[in-house]
Amino acid sequence: MSGRSSPSGGSLAPYLQVAPLAFLMITMVGIPLLTVVLLSFWEFDGIAVYPAFTWANYKEVLSSPVTLSLFLSTLKYALMTLIATTVVGFTCSYFLVFHVRDLRVQIALFLLCTIPFWTSNVIRMVSWIPFLGREGLFNSLLMQAGIIDQPLDILLYSDFAVVLTYIHLFTLFMIVPIFNSMAKINPNLIEAARDAGASGWQILWGVIVPLSKTGIALGSIFVVTLVMGDFFVVRVMSGGQSASVVSAMKNNIDQLYYPVASAMAVLLIIVVLLMVTAILRVVDIRSELAR
Amino acid sequence: MTEQSRIDIRSVTKLYGAVRAVNDVDLTIDGGAYCCMIGPSGCGKTTLLRMIAGHETPTSGTISIGGEDMTTVRTGSRGTALMFQNYALFPHLSLTDNVAFSLRVNGVAASERRDKAREMLDRVQLLHLADRVPSELSGGQQQRVALARALITNPKVLLLDEPLSALDEFLRLRMRVELKRLQNQLGITFIHVTHTQPEAIALADQVVVMDHGVVEQAASPRTIYNRPHSPYVARFMGGQNVLTGTVQSAGAEGTVVESKDGNLYDLPPIEGAKPGDTANFSVRRDRIQISDTKGDGRNCTEGTVVNIEYQGTFVKLALETGTREEFIVYLDDDAYYAAPKAVGDKVHASWAPKVNHILVGANNSTGTPYED
Repeated sequence: MSGRSSPSGGSLAPYLQVAPLAFLMITMVGIPLLTVVLLSFWEFDGIAVYPAFTWANYKEVLSSPVTLSLFLSTLKYALMTLIATTVVGFTCSYFLVFHVRDLRVQIALFLLCTIPFWTSNVIRMVSWIPFLGREGLFNSLLMQAGIIDQPLDILLYSDFAVVLTYIHLFTLFMIVPIFNSMAKINPNLIEAARDAGASGWQILWGVIVPLSKTGIALGSIFVVTLVMGDFFVVRVMSGGQSASVVSAMKNNIDQLYYPVASAMAVLLIIVVLLMVTAILRVVDIRSELAR
Repeated sequence: MTEQSRIDIRSVTKLYGAVRAVNDVDLTIDGGAYCCMIGPSGCGKTTLLRMIAGHETPTSGTISIGGEDMTTVRTGSRGTALMFQNYALFPHLSLTDNVAFSLRVNGVAASERRDKAREMLDRVQLLHLADRVPSELSGGQQQRVALARALITNPKVLLLDEPLSALDEFLRLRMRVELKRLQNQLGITFIHVTHTQPEAIALADQVVVMDHGVVEQAASPRTIYNRPHSPYVARFMGGQNVLTGTVQSAGAEGTVVESKDGNLYDLPPIEGAKPGDTANFSVRRDRIQISDTKGDGRNCTEGTVVNIEYQGTFVKLALETGTREEFIVYLDDDAYYAAPKAVGDKVHASWAPKVNHILVGANNSTGTPYED
């Protein structure tokens, strides 16, 4: 790419092209992030914050046993959601790419996957409540069918409800990149594998999964960052019984403990960055995308 | 080896909805032969190849390999290996792993399959690139890897789907020689699908010309070229002019045919021909003389020169004779340049009666005559 000369010729043109995005990123992401990092070292007394340089906020966060359990429970949600969305995303993309051969049907079904996104996140999430509640649709159905005689309590306001909602909200972020990388697989490769005597499973693990790795990695990054940054779903769907890192941050902010919240935010950023790095370690997205 | 790799195709039909991609084909390919299937795109040659490989199942009919019915046997266990047009190398695997793929899925131990793969890569002179991935290779090298991958299973039959079409002219000619040499060494059956006439003529022991799902003619390249079965084969393979006329008289001593412009042609006897019938026949382009004066009106035609191409060893003259196809004459270059012609000149072409070859087949489609 480096050898390509810009069509407009001027050396300024490429910089102008990235300027709008750069401006947005600097003002909307860069500066706030810097403020958060700065704030995490300031002092506070419950009424106001004072410019200073202190490790006290980090000490408070790191020494509290609550922090560890918060991170662990958020990681647990992230991992469960990741596994479920990967399985759903992979099988769904597999169906779209390898069973639906007609491109128009493929596009139609793909658009069907996006229908939930036509309403707001909050509505989609809240709509689970009448379905999963004690007197909800699902419990009544099971009771009427005689499968259970007591309503199931774990359906709503539980970890199950939280993870289910995450899966519902975020699976599309997994389907899109996996579909994209799977659609790029040359169908002849599968025939070549079959010609070599490979069974269905061997084709799946030897050809399709390795060639979908980029999509799985990109989708994983989306899902992990989305789950790690959520507090609303946890709060509503667990009925206030569980908390995530961000919901703890929200509590700190409500009490005007801005520096502590900032320190927690910095820690969360570090953890998420480590996770993304780990994913990129496993899959070399750059070289895969260039392929 | 030869008996084991003979292929018998018996009344094979393949339907795609209402379309007959392959229509009641009967064909025997001798074991150890180099067979080229040729025809315009959509003629069913690739479908037939894919049915032999087991990637498609015939709607009806049987395919036997080495006398064993393989019609519905699983791909990968029928002793065939298919080499794909775009090579279909696994982009995520090194050359060694690509070549060893079939050994891996058949459970051969890692060290053994690695050794075998390297041996096979050495055979196609690519051992020094064994750890590269396919995208780092040139087209010709990728093709050799695909060949190595296909051959590592020790197939009885190697199927090649337009193997040379993605290469440039120079590499194409070189790989053509390599394919032929390889086939001689291995002694297995090669079935090579192509749409290029010189490729088929140069490589094959048996040429199968197809059109609209039907085998038009299956014979040695010399027979196909010199004694085409139908006007379609004559036009598609090139080298022949196709003429049409009405039978004047028919008998045991020969048939006389009159063309639209009144010239008479002496053809060998045609079985069952009656005066008034239409007869198609062909004349080899390089067996024709030209002159400025009109001859006796037998075995000749006249026309206006519309194009002259110097071809190195001969000169190609295109005449407009009032029929819908150009009449092509290949002339010896020395003889031509002794009395050169210009575009627009009127010339008379004539040939010996024995050059006339009757086209028995009815397929009169234009095909896409491949011009050399």
